[in-house]
Amino acid sequence: MPASIASKDKPTTDEFIKGLWRENPVFVQVLGMCPVLAVSNTARNALAMGLATMFVLLMSNIVISSLRRFIPKQVRIATYILVIATFVTVVDYVIQAISLDLHKALGAFIALIVVNCLILGRAEAFASKNTVGRAILDGLGMGVGFTFALLCLGAVREILGNGALFGFQLFHDEFQDWVVMILPGGGFFTLAAWLLVFNWMKKRKERLDKLGVAAREVA
Amino acid sequence: MSQAQQIAPPAPPRVWHMYRSMVGVGLLCGLLIVTVFQVTKPVIERNKAEALQRAIFQVLPEARSSTTYRLNGDGRFEVLQGEGAGEQLVYAGYDEQEELVGLAIEAQGMGYQDVIRVLYGYSFDEDGIVGIRVLESKETPGLGDKIETDADFLENFVRLDVALTDDLSAILHPIEPVKPGEKEHPWQIDTITGATISSKAIANILRDSSAYWVPRIRRNLDDFRTAG
Repeated sequence: MPASIASKDKPTTDEFIKGLWRENPVFVQVLGMCPVLAVSNTARNALAMGLATMFVLLMSNIVISSLRRFIPKQVRIATYILVIATFVTVVDYVIQAISLDLHKALGAFIALIVVNCLILGRAEAFASKNTVGRAILDGLGMGVGFTFALLCLGAVREILGNGALFGFQLFHDEFQDWVVMILPGGGFFTLAAWLLVFNWMKKRKERLDKLGVAAREVA
Repeated sequence: MSQAQQIAPPAPPRVWHMYRSMVGVGLLCGLLIVTVFQVTKPVIERNKAEALQRAIFQVLPEARSSTTYRLNGDGRFEVLQGEGAGEQLVYAGYDEQEELVGLAIEAQGMGYQDVIRVLYGYSFDEDGIVGIRVLESKETPGLGDKIETDADFLENFVRLDVALTDDLSAILHPIEPVKPGEKEHPWQIDTITGATISSKAIANILRDSSAYWVPRIRRNLDDFRTAG
């Protein structure tokens, strides 16, 4: 992150936007791969996992950013984990209260949000050094970016693997499900395909920017 | 980390500050968890009860109400009073005329990945298993989880024979899994291609559970009729 932005205290929309695209947690930073690959087998699971992670990320960012002057450096990681684990437990109970079926589908991966490196990473790299306002925007942006990425994977895998999206059948009965897409292997294939798309778009943008600069110089 | 911090060694930490941080945050977190737990507990318990109720009516389609019974030390059934934790329970289903139609029984056993928990309906009229619902399974998505969705497999449980011998001591023909499409007798289960282990596991769970429960239930049929 450029020093000029980090030194400003005022929240800017850039904190929010960067998580969506330029620093997308999954497609650019490639963080938190365990839930990304494991629970993106249907769009519904992906959305629920994304929202749960976003909630934990947002709340832990707020708490850690508010307490950043009270937490000595020596015990900061332990304190962060404590805060993150608390909010994960909260999410776990809330999901059980909302829907037991959803809780069954997400299974062990709710508890594993604790060790999602995206959340600890944002706590350490951002929330502990910035004001609450900026930490909220950062958490929201990264959370939405993470949810978006999970949905990208979940939608593709559910459409190809089940012939459905959010549980609604899309194709005629004769559609042959690609079973591999909802198995673990399909997660890797889909992630690879999305990374290819994102990198291609990044390269294309860089090339166009270069052309634009050259064109201005000529003019 | 900024350059100034890397060069100058950090001041030795005040122990009090570390305690304040860890204990303070710990207390706050504990308080939050307890609050959320207390708030969500009744909702979660209601959800679980509703899920069980739905499952009972699914495996006993004719039932309109149900009563929970526990197996007591003498091998007799009595209506469960209060909490049922650690008890051996069965759920009796009654139709609109308060007539006993069957029992829903929970059973579990090892599947391909982990323990599979099922609820199955035992009908007195049919003298067989008339419905099954998987309560909990971690079978492979797309393959092993066909035990919940495969129409041909679920067809096995329209009437799965568990008739007893004449002295009511054992099942006449224990449930057995056979290769797909080779089912000849009403006590056999057609397994699923691609989910052989999971579907065999279901057969084994039902065989063991029915061998335990059906003789006991048949011998004490009056327990359910009188209390219903």
